[in-house]
Amino acid sequence: MTITDVLCPFCGALCDDVVVEVENNKIVEVKEACEMGVSKMMGHERITTPMIRESGELKETTYEDAVDKTAEILVNSIRPLIYGWSSTTCEAHKKGIELAEEMGAVIDNTASVCHGPSILAIQNVGLPSCTLGQIKNRADLIIYWGSNQAEAHPRHMSRYTSFPRGFFSEEGRKGKKVVVVDVRKTTTVEVADEFIQVAPGEDYPVLSALRAILAGEEDIVPSCVGGVSKERLIELVEKMKDARFGVIFFGLGLTHTRGRHNNVVNAISLVRELNAHTKFVIMPMRGHYNVTGFNQVCTWETGFPFAVDFSRGQPWYNPGETSAVDILNRKECDSALIVASDPAAHFPRKSVEHLAKIPLIQIDPYPNPTMELADVVIPSAIAGVEVEGTAYRMDKVPIRLRKVIEPNHLSDEEILGRILDKVRERRGE
Amino acid sequence: MELLIKNGVVYDPLNEICGEKMDICVKDDKIVSKVKSPKVIDADGKLVMPGGVDIHAHIAGGKINAGRLLRPEDGRKGTEPRGKLTRACTGYSVPNTYATGYRYAKMGYTFVMEPATPPLLARHTHEELIDTPILDNAILALLDNNWMTMEYVKSGETKKLAAYVAWMIKAVKAYGVKIVNPGGDEAWGWGKNVNIDDSVPNFDVTPRDIIGSLAEANEMLNLPHSIHIHCNDLGHPGNYETTLKSFDVIKGRSNKNRQVMHATHVQFHSYGGSSWKDFESKVDEIAKYVNVKKHVTIDMGQVMLGDTTTMTADGPLEYGLHTITGRKWTNLDVELETGGGITPFLYSSKVAVNTIQWAIGLELALLIKDPWKIVLTTDHPNGAPFITYPIVISLLMSRQKREEVMANVHKAINKRAILPSIERELDWNDIAIMTRAAPARILGLDRYGKGHLGVGADADVAIYDVSPEEKEAKKIQSALLRAKYTIKGGEIVVKDGEIVAVPEGRTYWVNPEFDGKPTKDMLGDLTGKFEKYYSVNLANYPVQDAYLPHPIEIKTKV
Ligand code: SF4
Repeated sequence: MTITDVLCPFCGALCDDVVVEVENNKIVEVKEACEMGVSKMMGHERITTPMIRESGELKETTYEDAVDKTAEILVNSIRPLIYGWSSTTCEAHKKGIELAEEMGAVIDNTASVCHGPSILAIQNVGLPSCTLGQIKNRADLIIYWGSNQAEAHPRHMSRYTSFPRGFFSEEGRKGKKVVVVDVRKTTTVEVADEFIQVAPGEDYPVLSALRAILAGEEDIVPSCVGGVSKERLIELVEKMKDARFGVIFFGLGLTHTRGRHNNVVNAISLVRELNAHTKFVIMPMRGHYNVTGFNQVCTWETGFPFAVDFSRGQPWYNPGETSAVDILNRKECDSALIVASDPAAHFPRKSVEHLAKIPLIQIDPYPNPTMELADVVIPSAIAGVEVEGTAYRMDKVPIRLRKVIEPNHLSDEEILGRILDKVRERRGE
Repeated sequence: MELLIKNGVVYDPLNEICGEKMDICVKDDKIVSKVKSPKVIDADGKLVMPGGVDIHAHIAGGKINAGRLLRPEDGRKGTEPRGKLTRACTGYSVPNTYATGYRYAKMGYTFVMEPATPPLLARHTHEELIDTPILDNAILALLDNNWMTMEYVKSGETKKLAAYVAWMIKAVKAYGVKIVNPGGDEAWGWGKNVNIDDSVPNFDVTPRDIIGSLAEANEMLNLPHSIHIHCNDLGHPGNYETTLKSFDVIKGRSNKNRQVMHATHVQFHSYGGSSWKDFESKVDEIAKYVNVKKHVTIDMGQVMLGDTTTMTADGPLEYGLHTITGRKWTNLDVELETGGGITPFLYSSKVAVNTIQWAIGLELALLIKDPWKIVLTTDHPNGAPFITYPIVISLLMSRQKREEVMANVHKAINKRAILPSIERELDWNDIAIMTRAAPARILGLDRYGKGHLGVGADADVAIYDVSPEEKEAKKIQSALLRAKYTIKGGEIVVKDGEIVAVPEGRTYWVNPEFDGKPTKDMLGDLTGKFEKYYSVNLANYPVQDAYLPHPIEIKTKV
């Protein structure tokens, strides 16, 4: 059976043109997707059954017992942390938030260690942006800043930016200028027209210099900023002003280097100011396919995008205090429920050490380093392959994930729903 | 389940009941003429009205959520912990979805129209509506800056345009057609804007053409609501002329059931003067027009002095506001369709322009003689959050209250606004019309059981603990802010100002029947647009049934 218009549940580009061949409830071929997408959809090693750790070893059990054990852990903890969410559906997010609210827990997601600084920056200055199709049809200047999307979002350029022919960009790649700004020559540079190499940690002054030049204050700009000559910077500003429609895509090269959210504030401010001259927009290159979705759901349900603490009853949002890494580093939380992510592989050592000490529940389709620390492991069906539901592309366009094969496991949403029921039961509600 | 609402003072303008002491009977989710063994609600001496109907409030979807994300400082206002029945609440001008549902219900409102959904993002709006408790709802789809629309306007193929409108409304499960700064967002795709007779860059049509053609398509499809328009030139001194020109575009048209154009938040479109320095009210001119013409209805878009968050599909307008205030600004252009922007705004009593804006909204409600032509709104949250409705009502009902406010605002109000000279005070019948009957009729929802208490109507009822004779503004406000009872679909959802039940709201959507050759041709064009220009596939575009767990489908025929 051939299934068309399938969404790829891997990266924030959320391609929706994938073609999947299914035989006997097994995916035998995936077309159109990039390698990463194909690998995700073809599938790899799975957690097969729920497990509970007993005297140091994970022992197979039933969903029922695993869910019950989870509820027991949660009900007995004073400050549970619920974390993850970027590779599952918005329907699961809703259940997770409800559970956090019910428990008085802290709920956070991977944005906290990823584009969290971008969100803080947006809360400072806003985000002049657009959907990806707007860029495809109009942009003639595309700047990738601190983002090696050739590796992280392989089809971003071919679907949305540099290559496609759009309504006002009939020439496709020929009519567009592509500039890469980065600390090293990434693979993206190979398909760009220009590469501007910034000294590590110097993005902030470079952005400031661009803003000064744009404001007509080039006199105060020294001859070299962050390893870039003043002439290059002036040239870049001219290019930006001359563009009919320009865009900056930025990645972790901006958010996770010295200056962090201030870098992003500076970049957004530059774009804001460019709008006095021409049309210019900016967009974070969100990583996981539905990290944006979690921020959306969490925002409309709680008022805040991530790092929400329900211990006071009402939502309290204070990233740096209420974000997962900080709660772990302060050894505050006394249990953790991890859904669709792998903090043991991505968090700082200190945080992981605390994770290892507290009762830890892992809900995920795949074995990963976090599972090695987990006390309860609950396998889930793969959203976007075995479960349908909503995901938000990096530009906040919501699309419905398709289910292409029948699952052998419960969905994240179902598992969380059962946990919620059990928690209520245990609390006598 | 039966209810008997006993001895209330009933205002039900659609049934010409004006302050009569009478009983209202409810069986299951409808109003009935008799009940057998009801639960009795003693409404003796209290105001009884149909549930409130909000014709225009940005409560759900991409824009309001971008506003929430932009403004955690607003989110921190008005937080309330989870209750036994209720979810945690946050926000003032950008409340979370739960706060939205509960607060409207507490004010006796039971229906809200989300008025500006970009079709590409409609799934998002519906997702939020699922999470908005109690309220029945519907969405209007932005269809005016769409390339398909403009191309058919240009070629004069109105049937194909109608086919496109029908297809889109059905695809995104919308209720009607929204127009926002027609042509302006397409121009904003290049950082520009247009006014009513300018040519839209690259499309060779004018906003005037777009308005006219969409009205024609709307009437051809026999949609329950008329076109719903946010005119060009919003917020600029001297814009009242554009507004009147926009009204005039379709002045010859009529419909036996309703207006053929609803112009929204007209406060923002009633400005005179040539700059901010001589900015003044031109409500006299707007009222003169609306008072004699039948084809257009409006809503207020009242400004209340204080901090709020502005958000509209009018991309260039929000950028303009940002350049005035320097405050943070979010923009979201939507490919082939529309745009949008968000920026916080403080309407200050010390600023002449803001004070005059405050006066203008009230002037519209007071100078337009027929309350059936003007609906109470704040264009939530643009003029003010919806939670200020009780204050707006008290201002309309009390000249004294208005004078108290006017004594403490910028003195420009005395020279450049009309309000100080207006004596009119609205009564409860006027208010019941402006908040229930008129919006229901204008939306065409009166035919589907909204906005009235006649037998067969939806059992959506508000009971306020205030005597119809009450003159004191404070008492009126507190009674309206916290209804004694709100009944939604026959269920008591609010008692003594507190939420006591949280049923899920239903979503009204229109399924316009329009087939044949124009549809076939249109689908060919549409397929081309998706293949070449959209960033999603056509097959993934329509909103799936999963996003409307409680749909109410309204079928229309040509
Ligand atoms: S670019 Fe991203 S979404 Fe597209 S196919 Fe590759 S991994 Fe999947």
